[in-house]
Amino acid sequence: MLQVIGGDQMVTDKAGAVVFSELEALAEYIRAAKAEISALRPTEVKDEFISSASDELDAIIEATAEATHSIMDAAEAVEEVIGAVDEKAAAQLTNATTMIYEACTFQDITGQRVTKIVDTLKHIEEKVDSLVAAFGDDKDTKKKTRKTASKKTKTTKAKKTADKKKASDEDLLNGPQLSDNAKSQEEIDALFASFD
Amino acid sequence: MAVDKDMSVLIVDDYKTMLRILRNLLKQLGFNNVDEASDGSEALGKLREGEFNFVISDWNMEPMTGIQLLREVRADEKLKALPFIMVTAESKSENVIAAKEAGVSNYIVKPFNAETLKSKMVSVLGEF
Repeated sequence: MLQVIGGDQMVTDKAGAVVFSELEALAEYIRAAKAEISALRPTEVKDEFISSASDELDAIIEATAEATHSIMDAAEAVEEVIGAVDEKAAAQLTNATTMIYEACTFQDITGQRVTKIVDTLKHIEEKVDSLVAAFGDDKDTKKKTRKTASKKTKTTKAKKTADKKKASDEDLLNGPQLSDNAKSQEEIDALFASFD
Repeated sequence: MAVDKDMSVLIVDDYKTMLRILRNLLKQLGFNNVDEASDGSEALGKLREGEFNFVISDWNMEPMTGIQLLREVRADEKLKALPFIMVTAESKSENVIAAKEAGVSNYIVKPFNAETLKSKMVSVLGEF
């Protein structure tokens, strides 16, 4: 009996050594991953690249808006002289200005598409924050980001609980679709008419 | 009965360029009595204070969206019969269905042309 117990003890010690060795290898793997992620300087990615990209995109929205207003200034100036020309010319000028106004709707669509990209960048920024909180560039950043991340989580949870109805409305806020997915006015009309 | 082109129209959009485009296209159609709001809550305030006959609204605005404005309008005893057209880039079926269920009068998907705007206005208000 003692021999059997002794044998079992030997087996247990051997298994324990294997588990310990595996855990040690795992710990080393995590240490290496942490070092690699820290070397990537996630804070730098967030502060310099993502922030700069967001600023550039905001500048695009501003520039297209300014250009669109300038185009419309010109179209409105043309409209002001329509009364001074003959009927045929007036009709031609009206058609031309209508086409200009229609074309200017690109700014609204462009703005919404760019806003979608900015939102995506913000999402990536939050993920980088979580990464920094987990692995960090340095101790200060780590502490600071952890605080922010925890605050954000609390706010998000409270918001979700407080306003479930709003979440369903938010599901309907998708902005412009890419042409392959977008419904045409004809398809919208058919769907709309199907209710009658 | 002919449509009174002096009717008071409220256009609602958070993009100044879109407000200007709508105002100009409405002017070309003969509607000059046009006021603007930059989101649903500003629009609702104007609608409750003023006398408007027709609303053209975007969907995606903050803090109050177009669909929330539409629901508020339909729930308001004074405003509930107001013709309301949604002009939006939201083109998914679920958006059209949600808008229809909320009582929208017609639905225009952006980008749109002047002819589409006119035809939807005619379908809601009658010939002009």
